Amino acid sequence: MSAASKQTEDLVNVQVDGHWIQVKRGTRMIEACKQASAEVPHYCYHPKLSSPGNCRMCLVEMGMPPRPTPGQEAELDNDGHAKISWMPRPVIACANTVAEGMGIRTQSTLAKECREGVMEFLLINHPLDCPICDQAGECTLQEYSVEHGKGESRFLENKVKKPKNVDIGPRIRLDDERCVLCSRCVRFTQEIVDDDVLGFVDRGSHNVLTIHPDKPLANNYSLNTVDICPVGALTSNDFRFKMRVWFMRETKSICNGCARGCNILISSRENKIYRQTPRENNEVNSSWMCDSGRLNYHLLESDARLTDPMMKKGKSHETVDWPQAIRRTAEGLLKYKGDEVAIIASARMTNEELYLVRVLADTLETKNVDTLKCHGEGDDYLNHKDRRPNTNGAKAILKLRSPGSRVNSIKKGIESGSIKALLVYGENIESKGFDDGVLSKLKFLVSSHILANPTAKLSDIVLPGASYAEKRGSMINATGRLQLLNKAIEPPGNSRDDWEILQDLNCAMDGKDFIYELADLFSEMASVVPVLKGFTLSGIGEKGASVIETGETIPLLEREAQRVNQGLIVG
Amino acid sequence: MAVIVERPKLSILEKFYFPAIMKGLRITLGHAIRILRRKKKVTMQYPEEKWDNNLPEHYRGAPALVTDEHGRERCVSCQLCEFICPPRAITIIPEEIPPEDQWSKVEKRPREFEIDMIRCIYCGMCEEVCPEQAIFLRKDYAISGYTRDEMVHNKKKLYEIGGVREGLVNKWNTLK
Amino acid sequence: MPILISFIKIVMVIFVVILPMVAYSVWAERRVSAVIQERVGPNRVGIPFTKIRLFGLGQPIADGIKFLLKEDFTPGHVNKFYYWLAPALTMVPALLTCAVLPFGSELFGEKMVIADLNVGPLFIFAIASLSVYGIVLAGWASNSKYSFLGGVRSSSQMISYEISLGLSLVPVLLIFGELNLSEIVWEQSKNGWLLLPFWGDGAIWNGGVDRFFLLFPAFIAFIVFTTSIFAETNRLPFDLPECETELVAGYHTEYSSMKFALFFLGEYAAMIIGSGLIVTLFLGGWSLPFGLDAYLMNMTGDPEQIPWWLGLIHIGTFLAKVIVFILFFIWVRWTLPRFRYDQLMRLGWIIFFELALVNIFITAGILILTRGSAS
Repeated sequence: MSAASKQTEDLVNVQVDGHWIQVKRGTRMIEACKQASAEVPHYCYHPKLSSPGNCRMCLVEMGMPPRPTPGQEAELDNDGHAKISWMPRPVIACANTVAEGMGIRTQSTLAKECREGVMEFLLINHPLDCPICDQAGECTLQEYSVEHGKGESRFLENKVKKPKNVDIGPRIRLDDERCVLCSRCVRFTQEIVDDDVLGFVDRGSHNVLTIHPDKPLANNYSLNTVDICPVGALTSNDFRFKMRVWFMRETKSICNGCARGCNILISSRENKIYRQTPRENNEVNSSWMCDSGRLNYHLLESDARLTDPMMKKGKSHETVDWPQAIRRTAEGLLKYKGDEVAIIASARMTNEELYLVRVLADTLETKNVDTLKCHGEGDDYLNHKDRRPNTNGAKAILKLRSPGSRVNSIKKGIESGSIKALLVYGENIESKGFDDGVLSKLKFLVSSHILANPTAKLSDIVLPGASYAEKRGSMINATGRLQLLNKAIEPPGNSRDDWEILQDLNCAMDGKDFIYELADLFSEMASVVPVLKGFTLSGIGEKGASVIETGETIPLLEREAQRVNQGLIVG
Repeated sequence: MAVIVERPKLSILEKFYFPAIMKGLRITLGHAIRILRRKKKVTMQYPEEKWDNNLPEHYRGAPALVTDEHGRERCVSCQLCEFICPPRAITIIPEEIPPEDQWSKVEKRPREFEIDMIRCIYCGMCEEVCPEQAIFLRKDYAISGYTRDEMVHNKKKLYEIGGVREGLVNKWNTLK
Repeated sequence: MPILISFIKIVMVIFVVILPMVAYSVWAERRVSAVIQERVGPNRVGIPFTKIRLFGLGQPIADGIKFLLKEDFTPGHVNKFYYWLAPALTMVPALLTCAVLPFGSELFGEKMVIADLNVGPLFIFAIASLSVYGIVLAGWASNSKYSFLGGVRSSSQMISYEISLGLSLVPVLLIFGELNLSEIVWEQSKNGWLLLPFWGDGAIWNGGVDRFFLLFPAFIAFIVFTTSIFAETNRLPFDLPECETELVAGYHTEYSSMKFALFFLGEYAAMIIGSGLIVTLFLGGWSLPFGLDAYLMNMTGDPEQIPWWLGLIHIGTFLAKVIVFILFFIWVRWTLPRFRYDQLMRLGWIIFFELALVNIFITAGILILTRGSAS
């Protein structure tokens, strides 16, 4: 039987550059080509946005088998497919869908000449300022002009002057000369974040992207337009002129700004983070993330970062070395047993760290263990109202039914004097109801944080930890997805990875053996915590794995799914 | 696949080595006599004699930054030289040119531009890669200092060595 | 009194002649190599604090001071005792061998040789073969692969070439019938050098037919002996024990400062003594050519008494001949490339060993034919 007859209800046979593949019915041609490893260059097409087909870069040659006259058998080629008769004109691959027996040529003379022509048009007014353009290195105009361009310009006239360095929002700068008018940013603001402030004005060569005169592009998702801009027209004020992209090392991690756990890429060079960009994960954040999450890495560069373990001497603190700090902490905590000790952990901590807190609590035989409940304002897109990234992890590992419920009883215990020692991990409890009066009643207070804060000021021992970009571990987000946090840079000074600090503390208290690898610690935890059963640290993978059913939905993803169903976007 | 190179077959005289050795001795003696009779001079007595005036056009000395005839610093800190530099001798910290500056339309310039002359290998890759014709290898070759810090040329020093260079492509001045 | 005279001789020979000569042969090495390669070489160091350069003759002194002042570093991983012993063991035998070399005829009635032994060549072999210990110990005690390989190469090379060295000397001793080096030189002074028998009884027109025919084996012996001396002193083209391209610096890789300098000195001293030995055995030692000695002695009236000025001329002649040979050593070094190790071994064991052995029989045959059976 011929291959053509193997078609099923959903799949259609398509020939891409001479090879027959089977793709789902309704697939865009550009996606079919992608599946056949024949990338078609494009500017305006984005799978999460509608396809206006206005850049014309994805022109390919297309053909269909001619409809046979009644009674006539279709003429077959060597593979048993009906012979394709090619169309004289090219078509755009991004907005057309495939059909049974369709042929696509991406490398034919016609397709190549079309691309060359489109490139030449796009470059007519494009300035030659790649040396100062932040997009250089990840600019598709650069890439395509190398791959598909002519290499020279036939344009002799003066280039059209357009507005440069336009302030269109608090975080974004626009350079109209670089714009290729793909309209991705316009569609993003219209379709995804419902903040329709961008648009094109004027005609012909003078056609420019512009902002609503009274409304700046100020929504909390505005920096996504910088990511999707294929050229350097939209640049981030935060990243502008800071570092060239080719120097940066990208670390796959997750955002710790809220419980959503958006997948991100941390770009760093020589121990300094320069930007954070979203990483596509269609179960969590699609291709987007909020601006506040993007910019929260500035916290790590704060002057208030703790760099050395410290001990209180009289009224001030003095720097000590780690063995001494750990020993003194262990001695101080061991003086009190059982419910005289309380631990306030944080849902900012990774699962591994929380597990070590649980081990510590078991050693101390205390039940006064809790995390703070920290809710803020969420939005209808990605931002979650829970401001802590690992609340679900804290629930699962510390066996808390409702995080924050025991905090009040701990506070009362301190006030009444029944709780004499307190270990605060990763939180500034001073701002959460524990004022000076309460904390000064304690006999022994240990705190660990990345910043110097009022709690640290009152602490007998301060242990400097590592921030989210400086450590490795796993977290469970609001929708119950277990995801990996990866280390992008080294913690500053003598501060250390938190799981190592906690492990040292545990070893000093119970004298048990060290675990040398975070992966081994995860495996030990997975054997104890039911929801993690069967997982290994390396088995979590780049995109995470769902471990808890929370019943929560993500508003932005819901809407995207809807639009996919309507056939508006590819998804 | 191994390539087998046949050894040349030596004649009996060659196998005896002696004539070849004598020939070799004659050659070296010939060179010695030539230089003793001052027929040839190869070495220059460096600190007293210098060839500064005879340096070839392509000579590669210390890299330096240049300004153009309008006094504009040509470097826009694209950091390509920093990227290409094989011994990683170049460090650039870029900054945005403030709007009140005469050349604010160029938008970007180096806040600090450092070349560690201890690391520099005078390969000239920075000059070759520079899209702005801003860095050139000058003819200074005797770079010395008492400390490591002194051996790091900062932006001021680099412009001092480089000076003004005229007649280069001036795309920023005309088209922008 | 004889002890005092011996002491004076030792001091004079070693500290006034050999050691400065070592220092200046290093300088010569550099200048000659420069000339051969059309360079200038060290020409700057002259008298300090002046602009007088003296063709760079101050360089060896500066080098010596540098060696003394550099950090004397002993790596942690070495066998300390042997590591310290090795440089001395290289230096001392090289200097010891000069004891039996006659560096002049007579001065004020005193023989110009430190120890007038009757077994001169044997003494030299006995002592010279000890210097291999220094190198082997240096290679082993350094506890480094480069040093070790250098030491192993050196020992096998020196042992191999000692055989052809010894065998090539047997014809010479057969010809002279004498083991005392002073007597051998006197014989050459009177009857023509071994390689230049053109006066006295050695000349063919004076009946020296034997010496004429013996020129052929003598020449073979000269070639084999000279080449073996090259190998014994680890000079190029046989410097495999310290070949830089493979072994960094060979057996003295781990040495620095004066200990390294001792190896250096030992090597050059060995080269000087080797040259002296070749000169003594084949080229008439301190004697002047063409019977000039006898003529000058006759001129003074007393043929048995050597006047002081002639004694000084003889010392000068000896040194001049040695210097010519040192220059030859240097010249060869900057001409020939290094041998491969198997070529070196092949040359030593398959060519020179057989050649020297056959040479003994040729010499013996010629001696029997020309001088008749021993009466």
